[in-house]
Amino acid sequence: MKDRFNLYRFASPATFYPLAGTLIPWFVALSVVFGLAGLWLGMLVAPTDFQQGEGYRIIFIHVPASWMSMFIYLIMAGWAAIGLAFNTRLSGMMAQALAPTGALMAFLSLWTGALWGKPMWGAWWVWDARLTSELILLFLYIGYMALTAAIDDAKRADKAGGLLLLVGVVNIPIIYFSVKWWNTLHQGSSVNLTKSSMAETMLWGMLLMAMCFWMYSIAIALMRVRTIMLERERHTDWVKAELLGKAGEGK
Amino acid sequence: MIHWNSFADFIAMGGYGFYVWGSFGLTALIMIVEPIVVVRNRKSTIARLKRQLRAETRNTAE
Repeated sequence: MKDRFNLYRFASPATFYPLAGTLIPWFVALSVVFGLAGLWLGMLVAPTDFQQGEGYRIIFIHVPASWMSMFIYLIMAGWAAIGLAFNTRLSGMMAQALAPTGALMAFLSLWTGALWGKPMWGAWWVWDARLTSELILLFLYIGYMALTAAIDDAKRADKAGGLLLLVGVVNIPIIYFSVKWWNTLHQGSSVNLTKSSMAETMLWGMLLMAMCFWMYSIAIALMRVRTIMLERERHTDWVKAELLGKAGEGK
Repeated sequence: MIHWNSFADFIAMGGYGFYVWGSFGLTALIMIVEPIVVVRNRKSTIARLKRQLRAETRNTAE
């Protein structure tokens, strides 16, 4: 079989696997560079906030983690839709590779939010719309992981998990718009496309940290999906060749 | 350019040290531990699949 040059080729695990392998070091490097630049701007250069003093600096991880928790869910739901519609093998693997990182991001969002809420509001937790819907997001991630882990057959696990992801996607706009739709204790968004209520260095520090979190998430998901591919495709010739050949070097 | 007057100032975070470093500390810990877990899992999976593959080829050879 000759290689036909088209995009669908990359939807096949045999071609995606080596591609992901070469991309991982680049995403790791970008994540470190963005992270160092973001920390330098956010923690060393950015001025004190006139209302929240130095406590506002939690924003440099709270906002990126919260954004990632929502983005990763949307990407997983997108893969689930593709998987259910076209029955592609890669989609279920991608969703599974992303889920633990998404759950950790949701957890970090809640953790840093609690540590921010305590000094500013006087409470670690309130049953506010923003906080509650983010907690539901964490439960959706955990539910997806538990559900797919409970079904032995990978195809059926992907289908059931995919349905859960698509049903749960309704929660994402609820999280995003909660500060507009309801009177919440949680402050409104500090960043808008048109105007931003933050100082320039604060904004850039936060955007750089968001890029760091993006690159980190992509790198870790690619690392995870490669292992899932080997496991699931272990009876194919390309995995056998991979195992007998270079995979032994523990890359 | 640097906002802080001293290292102690930086650590104190204007009295918010516990909250700020509690946030950054756990985030850093997670971002270090998660890749370690993923790499370890990958190594053990590869070792297991190799063992299985070798056992299979031995069986078919006989």
